[in-house]
Amino acid sequence: MEAKKLNLTLNIWRQKSAGSVGSFAEYKVQVSPDASFLEMLDEINNTLEAKGEEAIHFESDCREGICGTCGLVINGQPHGPLPKIATCQLHMRNFKDGETIWVEPFRAKAFPVIKDLMVDRSGFDKILQAGGYVSVNTGGTPDGNMIPIPKDIASLAMDAAACIGCGACVAACKNASAMLFVSAKVSQYALLPQGQPERYIRVEKMVKVMDELGFGSCTNTYACEAECPKGISVTNIARMNRDFMMAKIKNKEVEV
Amino acid sequence: MTKLDSKIPAGNISEKWTNHKFNMKLVNPANKRKFDIIVVGTGLAGASAAASLGELGYNVKSFTFHDSARRAHSIAAQGGINASKNYQNDGDSTFRLFYDTVKGGDFRAREANVHRLAEVSTNIIDQCVAQGVPFARDYGGLLDNRSFGGAQVSRTFYARGQTGQQLLLGAVSALNRQVDKGSVKLYLRREMLDIVVIDGAAKGIVVRNLLTGEIEKYSAHAVVLATGGYSNVFFLSTNAMNCNATAIWRAHKRGAYFANPCFTQIHPTCLPLHGDAQSKLTLMSESLRNDGRVWVSKKKGDMRNPTDIPEDERDYYLERKYPSFGNLAPRDISSRAAKEVCDEGRGVKGGDAVYLDFSDAINRLGQKVIEERYGNLFEIYETITGENPYKSPMMIYPAPHYTMGGLWVDYNLMSNVPGLFVLGEANFSDHGANRLGASALMQGLADGYFVIPYTMGNYLAGDKPALVKTDHPEFDKVANEVKDLTDKLLSIKGKRTVDDIHKELGRIMWHKVGMARNEKGLKEAIEEIRRLKTEFWKNVTIPGSGDDVNQTLERAGRLIDYFELGELMAVDALERNESCGGHFRTEYQFEDGEAKRDDANYSYVSAWEFAGENKWNLHKEDLNFEYVKPAIRSYK
Repeated sequence: MEAKKLNLTLNIWRQKSAGSVGSFAEYKVQVSPDASFLEMLDEINNTLEAKGEEAIHFESDCREGICGTCGLVINGQPHGPLPKIATCQLHMRNFKDGETIWVEPFRAKAFPVIKDLMVDRSGFDKILQAGGYVSVNTGGTPDGNMIPIPKDIASLAMDAAACIGCGACVAACKNASAMLFVSAKVSQYALLPQGQPERYIRVEKMVKVMDELGFGSCTNTYACEAECPKGISVTNIARMNRDFMMAKIKNKEVEV
Repeated sequence: MTKLDSKIPAGNISEKWTNHKFNMKLVNPANKRKFDIIVVGTGLAGASAAASLGELGYNVKSFTFHDSARRAHSIAAQGGINASKNYQNDGDSTFRLFYDTVKGGDFRAREANVHRLAEVSTNIIDQCVAQGVPFARDYGGLLDNRSFGGAQVSRTFYARGQTGQQLLLGAVSALNRQVDKGSVKLYLRREMLDIVVIDGAAKGIVVRNLLTGEIEKYSAHAVVLATGGYSNVFFLSTNAMNCNATAIWRAHKRGAYFANPCFTQIHPTCLPLHGDAQSKLTLMSESLRNDGRVWVSKKKGDMRNPTDIPEDERDYYLERKYPSFGNLAPRDISSRAAKEVCDEGRGVKGGDAVYLDFSDAINRLGQKVIEERYGNLFEIYETITGENPYKSPMMIYPAPHYTMGGLWVDYNLMSNVPGLFVLGEANFSDHGANRLGASALMQGLADGYFVIPYTMGNYLAGDKPALVKTDHPEFDKVANEVKDLTDKLLSIKGKRTVDDIHKELGRIMWHKVGMARNEKGLKEAIEEIRRLKTEFWKNVTIPGSGDDVNQTLERAGRLIDYFELGELMAVDALERNESCGGHFRTEYQFEDGEAKRDDANYSYVSAWEFAGENKWNLHKEDLNFEYVKPAIRSYK
């Protein structure tokens, strides 16, 4: 049942640590077309380790496309050539025998390289910690059905909430902007009744931290949406911009 | 020696938790900030616990080995979360959810804990809705439900096929809010490698900073472990790559009893193996069995394509054997039935897979409805296998998925080590010998949001534990032991890789301590595991150093615990001379192949005390069933 193996040449980014200079190293591999891209890297690592050489460091966890841990730039594209999947869902049957593949970490000023293909995306959490929540304590909440939400609104909120926080949007953007990521969270709460009380305070606080962390501006190239493994729409950015403008007026009103 | 006291409150089952909440001691609001609490793990149980304890005013230190709290494996749960809301008017109630869970667990769970779980289940939904979790809604704007295995009511709440993700993001948002407020301090990329027990009570932990390799010490008045299950002992499982048993195992070696280690769940609907390079198995949500029909050919080694096999030559074996539950028979039963037909040679093209077929549902409801219900799952299937499940049936096979066993805890979720609490999948408490679908999320959040905030206060106010600083000699002793272990691992410099050895361990576990077990196989497994462990310590290779990021070293550290845990699983399975739930001993079955439980002799929790290498002492907690009378678990 095992299909014919593919012969591939991989050029993989190796970098000892954040401060050191990195470069591409070449690896020749034979791999089953049914293997995933990360399973191919596992095999390379197994060979390296058996020779006493250090493994190529990359991050992954669930390998089901939902945890957002993995993220490689493959032939120039975050998460590789296929639309709407995370790197872990990319399978080798999508490559041709004899192909040369370039593998790099996500590159952005706000995502410094830690080692090889690992980057530091902790900036995302700092933005969420600035206001990416509804202020509700445990207990004392009303019955779930006390807050009816129209099916289409719930569905739009879910579309935005589907973000896995992988950072591909930042890696895809020529400005390394985090607008898609931030707007997805802002939109989820802006759409739902539960998010209304803090709607305008939230967007101001989150945008402020986003700017402080060195993420770039949005210039509407839509590269983020194109590379997003969950197909998060740029309409969320438009919604965030509207709310941000409104916040400038509303929050002022509250102050006086 | 510690006596096992489950501390189940007296009184009628429906009043135990209410009365207990009143009887427990409280910490005055102004005093809460004087207490430090460590929470390890940021999945549903850990994140909800850290957030809720932080809200109450405690100083919480939250640890995860991930780069973000949101990565914890709860995120991958697909199908849903149970709650006895009875929104569907179909006869659900607290008692029915309690009953289903006790029965589903094959009468090996503690009644009082399960009843409390059912009681708070409804609060969980309210909590999550208030946080902005986008649950599926009906056209009127109210919450929608679906059905899951082992229940005849529709009580599962869901957010597409990403319920775990949405619930975890909800819990992590609550956690983030406390981080913002300063009541929780988050320690990322820290792997817990030991706990510190002083004068018999848990006082802190020792972790490895995964970026710098530094060994760090943290102290607290109490330690909460919410570090998940141990399915990765099988190497191939549906767990994430980094899920591990190290936190609970090292706590076990410091005195915490390990309960029912042999109760592991093999999930019936996972994608079959593709080859040697396979790194993990992918789950297809059980919710698919709402509309999918499971079948194989009636003939052995039938090489025809599924669409060429006529209706009357197909065996819809779950519908045939279990007419009242059909394709929604519980997980243990469905998994064993799949193994049985495949062992007979009737699997897909004679191999290890069965069909999960949606053609009837597509004909009845239209493709659009099926897309709406399971669209993302069908996409995942196609991405991984390259086949379109709208056109030909899915192929599925069982895989290790969840572990019901875990550290022993009393009713307050405290282990036998005072001050050490264990929540979620890491404890053993609620699912007996088999967990029902959509109940893991329920338990994780119940423990974190609605149990630990009360029982923690009771411990702090009642036992008045002292805070020990990290300059106490015991902290240094434990930290040095952790350093020595790291150095020892790095110094072996052998030939075999960590994964190579782990895969071999996985094969031993799967074949001999997996879906079907027997005395001979279990005894062999123990010998083989010991041999492999010896080989590991002589011949493993771990390149790189301990002073920076070293993923190979991380995996090796987890593997050394799997050898010991794997052995204990076999020891426990050998001791339990009966079949129940996920534990199936081939010697103990009825003529039709159903599990034969032995209530007269085995109606107890096996709590194992670590007594040195390859040695354990067994303590038994008797289970008393006052409200759900044990019967042969029939889903026919």
